[in-house]
Formats: sequence, C-alpha cells, structure tokens
Amino acid sequence: MNKKYSLNVVRNNNFLHLPKIILIMNLHEFQGKSILKKYGVAIQEGIVVDNSNDAIDAAKKLNTETGSEWFVVKAQIHAGGRGKGKVIETGSNGVVIAKGLNEVEEKVNGILGGHLVTAQTTDKGKKVNKVLIAEDAYAPDFDKTSEFYMSVLLNRETGRNIIMYSTEGGMNIEEVAEKTPHLIHKEEIDPKVGVTAFQCRKVAFNLGLSGKAFKDMVKFVKALYSAYEGCDASMFEINPVLKTCDDRIIAVDSKVSLDSNALYRHPDYLEMRDLSEEDPMDVEADAAGLNYVNLDGNVGCMVNGAGLAMATMDIIKQSGGEPANFLDVGGTADADRVEKAFNIILKDKNVKGILVNIFGGIVRCDRVAKGIVQAYKSIGEIPVPIIVRLQGTNAIEAKEIVDNSGLNVHSAITLKEAAEKVKTLVH
Amino acid sequence: MSVLVNKNSKVIVQGFTGGEGTFHSEQMMDYGTNVVGGVTPGKGGQKHLGKPVFNTVKDAVDATGADVSIVFVPPAFAADAVMEAAEAGISVVICITEGIPVSDMIIVKEYLKDKECRMVGPNCPGVISAEQAKVGIMPGFIFKKGNVGIVSKSGTLTYEAVDQVTKVGLGQTTAIGVGGDPIIGTTIKDAVELLMNDEETDGIIMIGEIGGNLEAEAGKWIQKNGSKPVVAFIAGDTAPKGRTMGHAGAIVGGESDTASAKKEILRSCGVHVVDSPADLGVKMAELLN
Repeated sequence: MNKKYSLNVVRNNNFLHLPKIILIMNLHEFQGKSILKKYGVAIQEGIVVDNSNDAIDAAKKLNTETGSEWFVVKAQIHAGGRGKGKVIETGSNGVVIAKGLNEVEEKVNGILGGHLVTAQTTDKGKKVNKVLIAEDAYAPDFDKTSEFYMSVLLNRETGRNIIMYSTEGGMNIEEVAEKTPHLIHKEEIDPKVGVTAFQCRKVAFNLGLSGKAFKDMVKFVKALYSAYEGCDASMFEINPVLKTCDDRIIAVDSKVSLDSNALYRHPDYLEMRDLSEEDPMDVEADAAGLNYVNLDGNVGCMVNGAGLAMATMDIIKQSGGEPANFLDVGGTADADRVEKAFNIILKDKNVKGILVNIFGGIVRCDRVAKGIVQAYKSIGEIPVPIIVRLQGTNAIEAKEIVDNSGLNVHSAITLKEAAEKVKTLVH
Repeated sequence: MSVLVNKNSKVIVQGFTGGEGTFHSEQMMDYGTNVVGGVTPGKGGQKHLGKPVFNTVKDAVDATGADVSIVFVPPAFAADAVMEAAEAGISVVICITEGIPVSDMIIVKEYLKDKECRMVGPNCPGVISAEQAKVGIMPGFIFKKGNVGIVSKSGTLTYEAVDQVTKVGLGQTTAIGVGGDPIIGTTIKDAVELLMNDEETDGIIMIGEIGGNLEAEAGKWIQKNGSKPVVAFIAGDTAPKGRTMGHAGAIVGGESDTASAKKEILRSCGVHVVDSPADLGVKMAELLN
C-alpha cells in the first residue's frame, strides 16, 4: 500500500470539465528554493545537475561564489528522509558531503542514476535523475550553528494560514509533536493584514535568537510568508532553517507544494511538474482525462464520483477482494471514456475482474450501458469478467441492454447484488 | 419544514447564461424551483430561459427579492461571485464551482464573517428540499418527500443514500452537499445542526470521507446535542495512507483522519456507523420504525 495517494489527489468530479491534473503539485528541493530566493528568502546556495561533469563545474562555481570548500550532494526526489535513505545500487545515503572538489565526482556517482529508498518511498525506491550540489552552510564551525523547523500551511479548522515552527530543527516533526508538543509554536495569520512585524519578532524570540540572527530571522519569516502567498502554495516545509556561524538565517532544505487550482496564475510553475515522479499509469490516465490512482489489488473498478469510487473500493474489500485502482470516470461516462478506462484498468495484469459502478443521475443508465457494450466490442475480447452495476435513471432498461449483449458482463442493480457478484469473482 | 431552501426560496443563478448554468437552471426549473432570474455581467437587460438577466447581484436582488443564489461561475471568478452575493444581501449562497484556489477561499471566509450570509460549498452538488426546491445539480427524480435529512461531502454517494432511503419507503426533508474542499462555508456539523433543529426531520444520514476533522467535529456535537438518530458512513477504508511530502498537515489536524479512526470516534459519540454503504437505507429504516 505504499502509494502516493491522498484525499486531495482524488477529489475531482470533473465538474465544469476543467482540465484538472492534480490538486497539489509537489516540487523538488531545488525548484522550491528557486521560488524562495525570488521572494528574498535566504537559502543554502546550490546548482542542480544531471551528470558528474557538470557537478564538478558546479562545485567550482560554488567555490568561487561562496568560498565553500566542502559540498553537499543532495538527491532530488519527491520524498523526505533522503539523508538517512540508502541508494540500492551503491549503499550511499541520499545526502552526502564531498570534502573537497576531488570527492565530488565519486559522491555524485554514488547517488545519480540509482534508486533511493527512504522512509517515505516504497522499497523499490525512487530513481534519482538530478542532484543538487550545494554549499556547505555549516562551515567553518559546525558547533556554532543551530537548526530550526518552520512550515507554512492552511489550518483547515479556522480557514487561515499558520506558520508553525520549532527549535527542534532537522528532526522528524511528527515525532517532535508527539514527544514534546510544547516545543512546537504556531502563529495564525490574519488574511486582512498578512504576517505582522510583531509576529515575526515573536517567532525570532521563541527560537531564542538575539542580535544579527534575530534581525535575520524577522526578515526570513516575513519573506517566507510573502513567498507562500505569492506563489499560491499549499504547503511550505523548511527543515532545517539554519543559523550559520556568522548568524545568518537560511533555508537549507525546502519542501514546497503548490495549489494546482491556482496554477493558471503561475503558468511558469507548471513547467516544474516532474512526470517521472508520478506513477506511469497515473500519468497515462491523466492524459486521457481520467482521475485514476493505481493500487496493488486484484479487482479493478470504474465509478462516477470520487466518494462513490472510494465506497466501491470499500465494498470490493468487504467482499474479499482488493481494489486494483481508484477510477472516477466523471459525469459523462460515454463510450469513449469507458473504453479508455477499460484500457487503463486492463494494463494491470493482477486484475481478475472489473466492477463498474455508475449512479446515473442526469446521465441516463441506458446510455451508459450502451457505452459499455460499445466499448467492450471496440476493445474486442476482454479477458476478465465484468460486473456492471447501474442504478438511477432507466436502470432496468440498462440491465436489459447488458444482459442481452451476449458479452462476458454480469449486471446488478443494488450495491448488495454487486458485492455478492464480486465475492463469486474472487473465490 | 426543510432547511436552507424551500418552495418559497427565490433563487438567482450566477453564471446563468453559461453552459453549466443554462443546463442546470433548466433542470432546477423543471423540478419546480422558483428561479427568479440570473446574473451575467454585461448581459443585463436580456432574457434567458424566460427569466431576466442582471449585470450585478444587487440589481437582481432589488428587482426580484431573491434570497438564495447558486454559483456556476468558472473557478477564477467564483470567489468574487460569492462575495458579491453576500454583499447584495443574499442569505444562502450555494457554490457548485470546483477548482477555486484555496487562497481565494481564505479571503471569502474572512469576508463572510460579518455578513448575514451562509455559504454552502464550494465544490459541492448543492442543496435540495424534496418536492420543494432543488438548488444544485443532483438528479431530482430520486428524491421523495419524507423525514430523513442527508448531509454529505460527496455527490454520487449522496444519490446512493437518497435512493436507498426512498427504496425502503422513507423520504427526505433536505439533502445538503457540503463539498470536499479544504475551506467550505457550511461544515458537516453546521448541516447536522440545521437538520437536528428541523421539526420535520426525524433521522439524519451523514456521509463522510477520509481526511480532515469535519466528521469528528460533527460527532462530538451530536454526542452533546443529538436528539435524533444519526446513521453514518465514512468512505475510504481501503484508501492507502497519504504520502504527501511533508507531514505538517497531520499535526495541525491533530486527530487521526483515517476512515477507521473516524468511525471509532463517531461510534463513541452514539452515531450508528455502517461499514457498507449498501446498508445506509436499511439502517435508517430500522432506527425510525
């Protein structure tokens, strides 16, 4: 069940027929940092590369610009826990230090092109196509630095954004919340005025800062929040925020997720989408305009509406099967869409049968039934049995169309009947 | 009685002349909803579907006395449309539009705070009071006047519940689709409260999903104030746990938001939770008889 999947990804009933991709677009560290920098947030400087030759050039350039003699090589994948993660092929961690230019090539080769497994990936890991060569921001005296945690996100309960921060930087924030909740602070932002100067000062005081570091933190918080608002983000997580030896405050990591619904205001960010981070079947379904999430089970399903789709998956499970996918065909469910949906589901070789569950409201069931029969014939032989449950307008006519089609299709009207038929399928 | 909308509601449609607005306005009027006109900026003075078109919501309210609005405006302009309705004195604004940026909704929520206006949605199927008024996009024919109120995050799953309630010989007072966006105007708790206070509603069906705290919040309210049986289903038992990049959301949410955690909370609050969505109607009938 190690799948990218959240409620936010699946909520889409295609109303108003919007070309919807995903509701949240995750960015790589280097992409997130480029946005932060644009809004004046100080960052750990770095250059992203996809081969070891460029990596050496990047390190030389960083050396000239920042004076950094050591370099941090950071795998760019959409998953946290990279530092502790391991590259399957080489055993290297996902974030390593090259102690000098002569080590850069070797360290990069230990990561680039390999598959990095972290606590947030599957055990197959994620392929690393790019690495960030970054300055060593902890030099020259590691002991004089300190790390903090900071995130910006929506508090759903109040409908306002909050800045959440902690002195416990560089740690798993979920653990901090569990073990030492008093070390997590929150500032809620009034949308009428945005983040205020006193709130920025409060953050800096609570983090125990003074002098130049205090002033820098005030600036950092202000800039971070304006970046969050400016790019229509749905989450920023900066862990760690670093106080350097010379009392500068910089973002060493960045996890940035953007609100896909607002991307029309930022067409340039759309280019930051990395399809290689997404399941290939999900991408293909997406291109066909289907809202699909590939899962590990043996019973495929095709449903209209996200809520009914989730409920249908639950029914498959309760009947002894495992859902092979989530698929919301949307309101129209015409022959063309049904055919595309069948094709996607059938690519998954684990599928033993397919449950089609459509509640026909404004779209009549008999039309959907005709579409299914037409799609079936157009595909040719479908190697697995199909259970079609059509309920709503003209459900009885629809059942007749399915029953008289002569195809390997079983009809049902109530959810209970459909569940019983799934049972016979998996046993 | 019924809640939010009834046969006396005077409804205007924002985004009246667009494709979705036109289609669903016709459907609503066929159902018997008292649609008194619509708003499309720049088309004021025209007639559409036999009803007057206005440039602004204010003009529409002044001319027709409209008190309910339904919004079919595209996502980039929908937040503005909701605020316009509130400013013009509309008391219930139902926003169907899907895909409104969260940052826009933060502003809308703030704007509505000191207005006498309730928002339902966005990204919802709307509100229907059976055999009185349909202000939404649901198939009207499955509804039958009765004594069960329905609250739901989801569209087609609501229709499923409605259909089951009708088939077991009961009917509905009002069905409220609250929507699934991160910021919504009327929460599940708000909708349950409205139905709990409605004289004609004898039982409530509540349909939730994985994610968020809305169901738990409603459960706690029911535990304290509930006077009628509530049957609930939470979709997403089989949904694998989310793998978003950060985990800050879970901390803000506080409580666990998986389907099983929600069911447990609801059961402890005295809500009748069914594991299969096929049992919603039967369970309600059992409790009411």
